[in-house]
Amino acid sequence: MRESKLLVHDKVVVTPGEVIAEGMEYFPGLGTYRHEDRILANQTGLLNIEGKVLKTTPLSGRYLPSRNDVVIGRVIDILMSGWRVDINCPYSAVLPLKDATFDFIKKGADLTEYFNLEDYILCKITQVTSQNLIDVSMKGPGLAKLKGGQFITVNAAKVPRIIGRKGSMVSMVKKATNCKIAVGQNGIVWINGEPPAELIAVQAVKMIEREAHTSGLTERVKLFLEQQTGVTLDMEQIVREAEAEAAEQERQTRRAPREEGFNDQ
Amino acid sequence: MVKTSTRKGEIMNYEKRPDGRGWLQTRPIIAKAGVIKKADGSGYFKIGKTEAYAAVYGPRELHPKFLQNPMHGVLRCNYNMMPFSGAGDRVKPGPSRRSKEISMVTSKALLPVVNIDDFPNAVVDVFIELPQTDAGSRCAGICAASIALADAGIQMKDMVAAISVGRVGDKLVVDLDYDEEAWGGHGGHVADIPVAMIPSTGEITLLQMDGKITKDELLSAIEQARPVFLEIAEIQRQAVKEKFARWARGEE
Repeated sequence: MRESKLLVHDKVVVTPGEVIAEGMEYFPGLGTYRHEDRILANQTGLLNIEGKVLKTTPLSGRYLPSRNDVVIGRVIDILMSGWRVDINCPYSAVLPLKDATFDFIKKGADLTEYFNLEDYILCKITQVTSQNLIDVSMKGPGLAKLKGGQFITVNAAKVPRIIGRKGSMVSMVKKATNCKIAVGQNGIVWINGEPPAELIAVQAVKMIEREAHTSGLTERVKLFLEQQTGVTLDMEQIVREAEAEAAEQERQTRRAPREEGFNDQ
Repeated sequence: MVKTSTRKGEIMNYEKRPDGRGWLQTRPIIAKAGVIKKADGSGYFKIGKTEAYAAVYGPRELHPKFLQNPMHGVLRCNYNMMPFSGAGDRVKPGPSRRSKEISMVTSKALLPVVNIDDFPNAVVDVFIELPQTDAGSRCAGICAASIALADAGIQMKDMVAAISVGRVGDKLVVDLDYDEEAWGGHGGHVADIPVAMIPSTGEITLLQMDGKITKDELLSAIEQARPVFLEIAEIQRQAVKEKFARWARGEE
């Protein structure tokens, strides 16, 4: 047998049809495939070498829905027993009546009283079928209708960077600008605050998206925010608070929500 | 009289290519990715004076609904020569018999590499526009579309490289330009054969012909052009990588 050999370094952009490795010692993962005794990329992305498994992380492309993602959606239609929601992906989602609110909704009630067309909602994906039918739910901590503010769209692949480790990046922007910010996994970001501060928050989010692949980004964003707002940011405190908030959400998710009424911001 | 007509059946001797290229040499190629910011992916492919832009949108919901396929996604290509693109004669805008055919063969040339099985009922739209053409436009369109699809992060097992091969007079050549296609007028013994290939496997996804050629000549022309396909695929890959390199440098 021929000796196995890697032809590409880790964390390098690979393109479809590019030979990543030769020989049978390596295994294809997501975004790669085997052709005879070679492993080739079948998607543009950053190569990830995990032991003997070769994977790629996509750098571009549409958001693909997956279960438990928190996304921002727009109500585009009202159905017999629910709402159709555009979640910025190839398929629209359905918000069924039973997952929309803790209120009792009478048969034949006017559903627009709860969510009307063009309303924006922060919701969670509960199910994705093989035909890509998507169900979302409003039941969960922090899930709510989003009123006012502005929505910006970013590349879905950059969302983890905008949120930061345990939410530290977005917490920093919130703290500095005193804005309410919600980041959907689908690349829609909601920012609501006092007009000048809101603008700074928008600029900060766009800056994070633009420079998502670079290192030392947190420092640069911190500098930018401090210059623009004049607020001094204590990173350690922000990280601590963000962690506490994440833990609290985790705790609430595990506890079955019962009597908390419809959470309307 | 300038042109002497040849007797039927007699093959004229083709001495030299008008632009001084070698027989198996393409015109100069420029390829780029990410040229259309709003699209999910885009590509640009210029070969000689032929210039193609491609923009990819999707996967997204397919309308009208009757075109949806619950088994797999649909790849929809649209090829269009801009009205001012050719020799400067006014062209009626809108789809023609020719552009509809080329749209169809383009999607059939790309489909074997593209994997959109995970997107039932959805569509990947590929728009190809040619602002300037000098023969070989469907090949340039396919090359640009491949770059755009790769840029859009669509799963595809390889790039599709396309170039025309053929015969001018007694010579087998690669990448005919318009002057060569029209060489010798009617009965000038020119065969123009656009070919698209999956370079990693050598499979052919597009093969059309205008003119006449013998079977042996055809096989030998394709065989001789094989390294050219690999070259083009490499140029396409570099174009996509260059885009992400620009990103990394913060230029975009």
